[in-house]
Amino acid sequence: MNTNIAVKDKPRKNALVMFIHKMGSPPWFYDFTGKLIPWIWLIFGVLTAWGLYLGLVKAPADYLQGESFRIMYIHVPSAWMSMLIYTSMAVMGFIALVWRVRMMEILAMSSAPVGAAFTLVALVTGSLWGRPTWGTYWVWDARLTSELVLLFLYLGVMGLYSAIDEPRKAARAACLLALVGAVNLPIIHYSVKWWNTLHQGSSISLTGGSNIDPSMLWPLLIMAIAVKFYYAANLLTRARVRLLEQDLRKGWVQNLVRERSK
Amino acid sequence: MSHTPFIWAAYTVGTIVFLWCALAPLARKKSALRDIRRLIQLEESSGDSNP
Repeated sequence: MNTNIAVKDKPRKNALVMFIHKMGSPPWFYDFTGKLIPWIWLIFGVLTAWGLYLGLVKAPADYLQGESFRIMYIHVPSAWMSMLIYTSMAVMGFIALVWRVRMMEILAMSSAPVGAAFTLVALVTGSLWGRPTWGTYWVWDARLTSELVLLFLYLGVMGLYSAIDEPRKAARAACLLALVGAVNLPIIHYSVKWWNTLHQGSSISLTGGSNIDPSMLWPLLIMAIAVKFYYAANLLTRARVRLLEQDLRKGWVQNLVRERSK
Repeated sequence: MSHTPFIWAAYTVGTIVFLWCALAPLARKKSALRDIRRLIQLEESSGDSNP
């Protein structure tokens, strides 16, 4: 009985391993993601339109914050993504450093500008939400300060990567910095619990439910999924461009450009 | 205090940053393809002159 399961599972496992191996090949990655990216953008567009319609048009005004709570639909997904992208960058950086996988170096380095963009949006929109809610654009509390440190970490990774000429050496140095900077992630997450901050605590928990009304929660969840598609499409687009830039003397890139020029 | 300007400002900033972030790699791709085409032309012309 067990042998049958093992036999049945083997081809599936092999297919997954084959797929991961194929993704490590630059020509295959370039070709495959080129077909995938337009679909990811399409899903992002549909989800964003749906989420914003529900959040900005259908959801009622908050009884305490009035209309300003609608900033939540851009601020909260951006803040979540700023941490998620840093986590994925650190994990990819770890794989790149330990197993010397070139595609992981490229993906980790392509994540940094997208993460920086999300962090910047989280900080600016949070500040714009803070003015009508708290009466101030900025306070040096633990959550806001640690999120600002996250932006500097992203900028540091990007700066270090561009400061070294040889791309693989640059990526390894920047991946190491990304790994060290990961210590900031639990600080951001737990800052509202560890310190007395002006920033509110979590309203949504994976285990403990949510204290937001469903009419306001659903648009937020839709937007949170939509931004993941934005990250995926943007990351793959950036990775493809980096491949072209790094492999410009290689046969597969020159053949690709020759075929396009015909 | 009206909250509308803050909402508009937040979504405008978000749209500008995300649009820039999505369009910047396309501009880099265009420039990379131009460099590759120039490189191919150089290699082909040097191949023609040095048989």
